[in-house]
Amino acid sequence: MGLLDKIKNGLTKTREQLITRIEWIVQGKPLNEDSFDEIEEALILADAGIETAEILMTRLKERWKRGHIKTTEDIKRCMAEEIEKILKPVESPMPMDGKRPFIILTLGVNGVGKTTTIAKIAKIFCDNGKSVLLGACDTFRAAAIEQLEVWAKRLNIDVVKHKEGSDPAAVAYDSVKASLARGVDVLILDTAGRLHTKTNLMEEMKKIKRVVSKEIDGAPQEILLVVDATNGQNAIIQAKTFNDALNVTGLVITKLDGTAKGGFILPIAHSLKIPIRYIGVGEKFDDLIPFTASYFSHAMLENG
Amino acid sequence: MFEKLQERLETTFKKLRGYGKLSEDNIKDSLREVRVALLEADVNYKVAKDFLEKIKEKALGAEVLTSITPGQQFVKIVYDELCELLGRVNVPVDVSGSPPVAVLLAGLQGSGKTTTAGKLALFLRKKGRKPLLVPSDIYRPAAIEQLTKIGNQIGISTFSVKDIKSPVTICTEAKAYAMKNGFDTVIVDTAGRLHINDEMVEELINQKKVLNPKETLLVIDSMTGQDAVGIAKTFHERLGIDGVILTKLDGDTRGGAALSIRAVTGRPIKLIGIGEKLDALEPFHPERMASRILGMGDVISLVEKAQEVFDEKKAREFEKRIRKDEFTLEDFRDQIKQMKKLGSLESIISMFPGLNKLKGAIDFQAAEKDIKKIEAIINSMTKKERLYPHIIDGSRRLRISKGSGTKVQDVNDLLKKYAETKKMIKKFAKGGMKGLPKQLLFR
Repeated sequence: MGLLDKIKNGLTKTREQLITRIEWIVQGKPLNEDSFDEIEEALILADAGIETAEILMTRLKERWKRGHIKTTEDIKRCMAEEIEKILKPVESPMPMDGKRPFIILTLGVNGVGKTTTIAKIAKIFCDNGKSVLLGACDTFRAAAIEQLEVWAKRLNIDVVKHKEGSDPAAVAYDSVKASLARGVDVLILDTAGRLHTKTNLMEEMKKIKRVVSKEIDGAPQEILLVVDATNGQNAIIQAKTFNDALNVTGLVITKLDGTAKGGFILPIAHSLKIPIRYIGVGEKFDDLIPFTASYFSHAMLENG
Repeated sequence: MFEKLQERLETTFKKLRGYGKLSEDNIKDSLREVRVALLEADVNYKVAKDFLEKIKEKALGAEVLTSITPGQQFVKIVYDELCELLGRVNVPVDVSGSPPVAVLLAGLQGSGKTTTAGKLALFLRKKGRKPLLVPSDIYRPAAIEQLTKIGNQIGISTFSVKDIKSPVTICTEAKAYAMKNGFDTVIVDTAGRLHINDEMVEELINQKKVLNPKETLLVIDSMTGQDAVGIAKTFHERLGIDGVILTKLDGDTRGGAALSIRAVTGRPIKLIGIGEKLDALEPFHPERMASRILGMGDVISLVEKAQEVFDEKKAREFEKRIRKDEFTLEDFRDQIKQMKKLGSLESIISMFPGLNKLKGAIDFQAAEKDIKKIEAIINSMTKKERLYPHIIDGSRRLRISKGSGTKVQDVNDLLKKYAETKKMIKKFAKGGMKGLPKQLLFR
């Protein structure tokens, strides 16, 4: 299966709802101002956000007035184009060149799939011939270290770890030291899930970041936030809060296949402008896909 | 947890307060506000619509009471309807019947099933049960170890899966094991699965068949937006659920899921998870949740919680000592410890009616820090110093400050506060409540 098909598969729920609504609105009637209001509502219901939905509608209406839009197919095609324009600025892969080791600090609320995502990203690096080391900074949740270890074993890479309950910043420190000593290409740090509302846990995160940058100037090069697509609007709040506290440099959006609200990616792209690195559309290793604006926008609206 | 909804409704009701009578006109705005508040809180579209219809009908009906203002009346109607929507009464987890009684936990990946399994075991043990934890998530790496570790933390046995490769077989064997070893409750944790993954849902159905659970509980992340309804509905249709456990309610979720799930599935929310610690699981009380949403506070929960954590014997002893004017720093520390058991300052405050407005105004982080500091200082004293604080001289102060990692200034402050409190308590012991200055009550 090609990448586009995979994304399409993952976005089935979002697309079907959106398309069904649009077709229902347009069906048999000539297009007028009202139909655009209704399409806007359909977008909002897919969690596309009020501001972004308005922008899309203004642009679509302009094209309609110029006579470019007549059928449902036109709407879908034009909307996909406009969505692509909004998403394009956040399409940017992880900047891998420069200093070694490339250090990725992952974070996110509980249960979004951080550890699994790390394993998947590590595999992508391994497949590209890079040497990878993992740091088990989630010392809080029971068996989190073991979970990371199982993945590492499958990928045949090493994990730097301490005991459960130890200081995550200390693990980060040791991981950085180990990555330097071994001369690895990539170090990925796993951290405990934390609700963005807990100030003390955000402080802990800042400490981890400080410890890493103290050892290597400019590191961690990537502060990677993992958000769960099924969290919908709350995921946007999460991204905002984490970004304010830690300057997030990249996003991974997981579990897109479990929601009909894939539209929430639009307000994230529009208002936060944080590069989206990967999207998760399934449980398998290769279901974590590099984000591309054109694929995503097409998968959101086009069946064929 | 429901603050956002709460704030919106509060402004609405303020607007209503000025009117003399409820009419179609003056409740129109309020209704619209309620609608926006509900939709913004991710309440299902249809559920919100039905809800508003009912409120409108009742508000315009003849139930006019002379003793209250129309605003209050509107609040009452909304409150009643909210209770209704949330299920009216708490439905406890039912583990009656001949042992071993099974409880099956199901849900999406990352909803918090494994942690909840541990919490539920602890919760049921407090109620006198002897639970066995059963891990059956053979897919996610280290999921079984996670549950075993949680079991160890709280001293609850976990079924040893060894090399059983099928979740269904695990269920059969765990039940037999529980029967043989005298466990009266079996709590089965399952692998996370999407409700649209047919194969995985089928497996869950088979697990349910062999387990024959008294309770099949769906664990849902309260941050789940509009999708919560679809998830609950599908799980209910395919698997048949008896109730819901709502997790991660300590975040800033808008909580709309709680309002819709019950309406759509007809199944009650039984428990809520409100923190990372393993005792952070509470029964869901619709009427309390409704009061909390409307800013009426949740005093009942607080009292219940206090009853659970306060050591009665100690309290009585404490009272005696106060009467005899023997309040020492040791007692002071005990008080702090007991209060900490109640939860964070923030969560305590949120249970008081009207105090919710304080939430933005007080820096809870700093307040918690202060308490920690005080505890550290007292901990750095010798027993003698705690019992007879007047012996603490300059060099002792220096030692204590070093030992607790604070400044001498902090130690001085604490001793001063202690002296003040002691004076106050003396008054209190003599004159009863009247002697108690207002500041203390609000401290």
